[in-house]
Amino acid sequence: MKVAIIKYNAGNIRSVDNAMKRIGAEAEITGDPEIIKSADKVIFPGVGEAETTMKYLREHKLDELIVDLKQPVLGICIGMQLMCKSSTEADNGKVDCLGIFEETVQKFIPNEQISKVPHMGWNTIAPQSGCPLFKGLPDDPYFYYVHSYYASVGKNTIATTNYINDYSAALHRDNFYAVQFHPEKSGALGEILLKNFLEL
Amino acid sequence: MLAKRIIPCLDIKNGQTVKGVNFLNIQNVGDPVELGAEYSRQGADELVFLDITASHEGRKTFSELVTRIARHISIPFTVGGGIHELKDVDTLLCAGADKVSINSAAIKNPDLISEVAKQFGSQVCTVAIDAKCGEDGVWTCYLNGGRVPTDRTLFEWAKEAQERGAGEILFTSMDHDGVKQGFANEALARLSESLSIPVIASGGAGKMEHFKDVFIAGKADAALAASIFHFHEIAIPDLKNYLAKENIPMRIV
Repeated sequence: MKVAIIKYNAGNIRSVDNAMKRIGAEAEITGDPEIIKSADKVIFPGVGEAETTMKYLREHKLDELIVDLKQPVLGICIGMQLMCKSSTEADNGKVDCLGIFEETVQKFIPNEQISKVPHMGWNTIAPQSGCPLFKGLPDDPYFYYVHSYYASVGKNTIATTNYINDYSAALHRDNFYAVQFHPEKSGALGEILLKNFLEL
Repeated sequence: MLAKRIIPCLDIKNGQTVKGVNFLNIQNVGDPVELGAEYSRQGADELVFLDITASHEGRKTFSELVTRIARHISIPFTVGGGIHELKDVDTLLCAGADKVSINSAAIKNPDLISEVAKQFGSQVCTVAIDAKCGEDGVWTCYLNGGRVPTDRTLFEWAKEAQERGAGEILFTSMDHDGVKQGFANEALARLSESLSIPVIASGGAGKMEHFKDVFIAGKADAALAASIFHFHEIAIPDLKNYLAKENIPMRIV
């Protein structure tokens, strides 16, 4: 099996590669369109800012490439947010994203109970369906999060998490899957989820 | 619900784990990768590796160690110690660290926080503060592992660090560190309430009740400890089960 990890101007990409190696998968970090298109699985990871990463994707024509992929694709963190319709993480308050999911991305607004943003640490997810991505996970599984922006809950939502409000912990449409948390940093349960993705 | 985090801290010298008691008197407690992996299996939520090596060769050994940690350990980890400039941060993040902890260098050059946050994002930038409470009740920040006092005070410095883009504050009370009589809960609660970023409490853990106190009375988001874990005085699974029974949100593995 060939796994392509999309290389672009976002951080934390190597940690996904390390996680792939730990579960015994061969992965390649690449920005080469041919390698990405021919891979069995594609991971779109990263930590970064929406506007600058979207700009990079457009300039390198990776935006069209990702939208047209036919094999299973897994977006992680900013990868998931970029797969949504739009994000408010932009100088003028809105940047159009890839539009694979119709959900939109906005910033957490602290309330009286919770004043701390980013949402950083381990939180539980509530799966909404029998998605194969969640096979073998215990009830109320904990995953590791670091983010200040979140995707709204919509028709592509397959799991939610609550922090300040309910939001999409995971999204799914056709061959596209995405998670807001970091499975590559979520210990044993993260590895279960990554293995499930490779078995899709 | 977001869980409170338990964070073992490993001091590293020449590629090996050590733990100083009251910043002095060092004993060897093993291989960092093995120890870190074991803590991860036991349910540690994150790990902190602090390089206390001074030499240039030692720094290179440390970044090689960071690469090895990143390959083997599947939970987030922070590295610190001896970070002077942006280049040091870049080296450690490239080696695979999730976050860096900046202490003395941030006080000497506060712009470093802004630069790290701008270039890599606030989420990678932990500002560590060592402070001591004077008889007048003022918490003074110290440099160089607690040896040199500064004119900075805990609350104003933490606030400035947050405004400059720090993603977390790691506060060590030098009065409580190594004494095992509990954390500096009053100062921690004040710190936590005055900031909008997470606070990691460090210094003073001696028994399981101390962790309950630091999360409830001290309002800490995470608690860090070293020797009680390294010398098996408290096992992480026992600690987390105890805290969960006390209704503190815990990730049980």
